Parts: sequence; C-alpha cells; structure tokens
Amino acid sequence: MIEYALNFGFVCVALALLMNLYRLTMGPSTADRVLAVDTMAINAIALLVLYGIGQATAMYFEGALLFAMFGFVSTVAYCKFVLRGDIIE
Amino acid sequence: MPFIVELIISLLIVIGGLFLLVGSFGMIKLRDLLPRLHAPTKASTVGLGGILIASMLFFWIERGHFTIHELLITLFIFLTAPITANLIAKAYMLLNVDPNTELPPSKQNEGWATFDPVGPEGYDPSEEYQDKET
Repeated sequence: MIEYALNFGFVCVALALLMNLYRLTMGPSTADRVLAVDTMAINAIALLVLYGIGQATAMYFEGALLFAMFGFVSTVAYCKFVLRGDIIE
Repeated sequence: MPFIVELIISLLIVIGGLFLLVGSFGMIKLRDLLPRLHAPTKASTVGLGGILIASMLFFWIERGHFTIHELLITLFIFLTAPITANLIAKAYMLLNVDPNTELPPSKQNEGWATFDPVGPEGYDPSEEYQDKET
C-alpha cells in the first residue's frame, strides 16, 4: 500500500514543481521568482524524502538536509542583493 | 510490516502530498505577491512535516531502531521560513511599493527602514567611516 501512496505523492510533487516553474517563468516581479525558487527547494526536499522511502535507504536524507540549508542561504542572498545591492557588506 | 503502520504511513504521505499541491496551486491562483507569500507556508509546514514524519515511522519499523534525524529538516525549515518570507516581502516592497502614496506615515523622524536606511536627521553614517580611517 505504501507504493501506491508513494506514487500519489510523486505525482503531487511533480505537479507542484510544474506550477512553481510556471510562476518562475511568468512571475511579474523579481520577488515572485525568488518565492518560486524557495518553494521549489521545499518541493525538492519532499521529492528526495519520498524517493528515500521508496528505495528504503537513508542515503537521501543528507541530500535533503543540504537542500534545506542551501535553499535558505540562496534565497537570503538574492533578497539581500535586491535590497542592498550587495550581499556581504 | 503490520497493516496499521502501513496505513498510517500511507495516510501521512497522501496528506503531505496534497498539502504540497495546494501550497503550489496557491502560487498560481493568488493575484499578487503579498497574498502569494501566504501559500507556500502550507507546503512547508503540513506538507513537508507529514512526509518527514512518514519517513521517520517507515525507517523506525524497517530498521527496528528509532531516530529523530528527519526532525532536523523540520526544525530547520520552521526556523528559516519566517526569515525568508520577511526578506522576500521587503525586496518586493522596495521594488514595487511607493512609500509616499501607498504607506502610512511612520510618525518618526526617519522614514520606513526599507526605504530610508540613512537614519534620523542630523545623523550622517559617513562620519563614522571617516573616524575609522583616521
């Protein structure tokens, strides 16, 4: 039964990533695009964790943790660049 | 693996997937950035949380010993989501909001911090830099 639930989860995450891609390409303002990338990082973490359950290995956990960290750092860096014109002042 | 555990794990995965879908659908449906900031919070709390708890339960039953290291991701996302939202809102306001017509007066000597980083009148930050150089 877990396999069916995993397939459903994969479909949900794939559709969510497509919607984020639409917002990333069409987004009217710069902040929309940054928000879309941030949400894509969250969806990518979910995809990695689901794949780890499907393969029954804990190897993908480190990848998910790295995605969480670098998604946050990249979002903050881009917002800082828009706000101040510089990242590390 | 007992049936009831499989049922709980599957339910958590389905609920998490649905909330991820809803969070990203809000990104398309809502009309402006400031309402749009509200949508991905669903994905990052219940969506990701449900899937991570499902993963925790699955490896507990599969391996036989209980670990909480999936909660590290949840903790990290919960800590960083407000900071991200605040910075995105500030970047949007700097680029798209006119502080003279669309914002109320700040009732201070200086303006709102996002638009007027200089500080109160009479305070010149360049003086401090000059002191440091000499």
